[in-house]
Amino acid sequence: MSAAIVRAKPVVIRGGTVVDPVDDREYAADIALEDGLISAIGTVPDRFRSARTIDARGLLIAPGLVDLAARLREPGYEYKATLESELAAAVAGGVTSLACPPDTDPPLDEPGLVEMLKYRAQTLALSRVYPVGALTQALAGERITEMAELNEAGCIAFSHADHPVTDTRVLLRTMLYAASFDFPVWLRPQDPHLARGGVAHGGEVATRLGLSAIPVCAETIAIDTLVTLARVTGARVHLCRLSTAEGVAQVRAARAGGLAITCDVAIHHVHLCDRDIGYFDAQSHLVPPLRSVRDRDALRAALADGTIDAVCSDHTPVDDDAKQLPFAQSEPGATGLELLLPLTLKWATEMSLSRARALSRITCAPARILGVPAGRLTLGAPADLCLFDPIEDWVVSPQTLVSQGKNTPFAGLPMVGRVRHTIVGGEAVFSRGAGWSIPTT
Amino acid sequence: MTRNPQLDQHGVLRHLLSIDGLPRETLLNILDTARPFVSVAEREVKKVPVLRGKSVFNLFFENSTRTRTTFEIAAKRLSADVINLNIDASSASKGESLLDTISNLSAMDADMFVVRHAQSGAPFLIASHVREGISVINAGDGRHQHPTQALLDMYTIRHYKQSFTGLTVTIVGDVLHSRVARSQIHALSTLGVPEIRVVGPKTLVPDSFAQLGVRVFNRMEDALVGVDVVSMLRLQNERMDGGLLPSAQEYYKSYGLTAERLALARPDAIVLHPGPMNRGVEIESSVADGSQSVILPQVTFGIAVRMAVMSILAVR
Repeated sequence: MSAAIVRAKPVVIRGGTVVDPVDDREYAADIALEDGLISAIGTVPDRFRSARTIDARGLLIAPGLVDLAARLREPGYEYKATLESELAAAVAGGVTSLACPPDTDPPLDEPGLVEMLKYRAQTLALSRVYPVGALTQALAGERITEMAELNEAGCIAFSHADHPVTDTRVLLRTMLYAASFDFPVWLRPQDPHLARGGVAHGGEVATRLGLSAIPVCAETIAIDTLVTLARVTGARVHLCRLSTAEGVAQVRAARAGGLAITCDVAIHHVHLCDRDIGYFDAQSHLVPPLRSVRDRDALRAALADGTIDAVCSDHTPVDDDAKQLPFAQSEPGATGLELLLPLTLKWATEMSLSRARALSRITCAPARILGVPAGRLTLGAPADLCLFDPIEDWVVSPQTLVSQGKNTPFAGLPMVGRVRHTIVGGEAVFSRGAGWSIPTT
Repeated sequence: MTRNPQLDQHGVLRHLLSIDGLPRETLLNILDTARPFVSVAEREVKKVPVLRGKSVFNLFFENSTRTRTTFEIAAKRLSADVINLNIDASSASKGESLLDTISNLSAMDADMFVVRHAQSGAPFLIASHVREGISVINAGDGRHQHPTQALLDMYTIRHYKQSFTGLTVTIVGDVLHSRVARSQIHALSTLGVPEIRVVGPKTLVPDSFAQLGVRVFNRMEDALVGVDVVSMLRLQNERMDGGLLPSAQEYYKSYGLTAERLALARPDAIVLHPGPMNRGVEIESSVADGSQSVILPQVTFGIAVRMAVMSILAVR
């Protein structure tokens, strides 16, 4: 945490409604923030001398959102996005903590790179950035990285992003090594051979459009392997971006068998399916591929019943040139940091879930996976907050998105719920519209 | 899902990109329009002035002699100016993006683009970026569609069988990688063919094709019994390298159309092939040259059907 954040001036938030994702409740309360921590919830004494007051009437006060996967594109892909642009997008989306995958260029496989990233992020003093280190050197799937050094430099977990580990023995050894230090291993389950060359779910849409398929068994076989290796190695495994109904069932079965395994899903996969590819819309070219309606419904239900712990933005800014290509040649991915909150709220409404319960999937649950003290509104907790208007509607467009990545299948669609203030370590790092007032005392 | 990009807001054909999503009337209109064009070829002066003053650009991002030539003949018989561009050898290799190439060619006052591309969906991308007034005809995109081929097949079937209702049609071969098969399946079902069969080994004919409304067979003999039309697909050489099929010989043994196997079909069954044929790999010479083969009439009708498509798009 940077010094600037620690010295944050006292702030009081009055008139809002607290959404508590841990205890699944909403209640009216004022909140005071001091020294970067939450110092009062409920009634804030009138004598509390704040440097700033935030008028939160009509707003919900949630813990700052925690995103398990947001690509910031630095280093290496600055023409797609920069740390500045994407951390600005993060706070505009209410995301106060995020994990960034190691698939930068060069990949996050050296402590120096990680330290530089952490330092740059701290200088910007926006969201808290938690790098995920590369599991193998250069993400080549051959040699183990210096995990202990990388962890010291700030890596909270190790992953292979979307790069394949084709050699199962390498996978076994990296997991054994990580388990020696109890480092979490985050892996996206996909058999590299079965997925090779594929760009769409192996179903009716890919058959009709003549797109190379990624079959469901590419995921299920990989989950079988990873579950087995998790048992054998004792590694703490987190499965990233589940995409199939069968995969959800496998996780459920592994848990029932006593394995402590966690998993997440990308927010796009909670709402979209392969039919959304329409007439080769490259904006719906995602990794893993959008699957069938049945898969999507299973993911939605599993996220609600807790089989899937968390939902992430899987934020991937892609430049127009890389999207304006025939579907299979276009670069996969979608921008997501600013859509995570409204799309989670939309899911909650459609599933008849309470807002607090829904928000747990983007606050306390991912924070637990990250192993950081975020995602909850309690006395003494870090003052990371997201204040949003739950009924404000807005339309997704290049103009309304802060991210440099304007690539999203939701372009032109209306969203309900908009972030008004984002606070990190007691500092208001983002505000949209009115709501500030100077204390009268 | 967005509106079908090949139709305008009144449902009129604006581009021909895919058979999928085209109404029956549109397909029949193309077939009906083609009929008088067949006789143009029999005249002394094989030209009509429908496309006089119009420029047709043949944009072939993938090599093809046959299809490009038939489009060229069709456009010339309609009195259009034809420009052939083999893009594989020009801009693409210099790193120019597909859409930059299209913008440049649009600025050359093109009226029509005939596009072949190795990527499924490329003509949709092109159609969404051309200026208003330019029509795009898909001349084959990856594994996706080859609509004019299917239309000429439909013309051929109607010519010999008069109607589509009551027919059983079997498509044989590498359905998985075939744009011709996908277009045929949509055309046949739209025109009311009650039974469409596909046959081949599971590596080339996945069960997922049942989702397109066809019956999937893996034994050639079963698939041929009692059929009216046998449509053969070309087997690409790269499929025979052991990845999907062990060898051309074994393929022929199991799925080659021999006279003996053809005898399982109805006695008046016709045999189609989009060409070029691999004799002795997918079809026996005696069948290819036999009385039930309509492979050469297909080529003749192909020019008329492409003339029909171009004239419909030009006068919309």
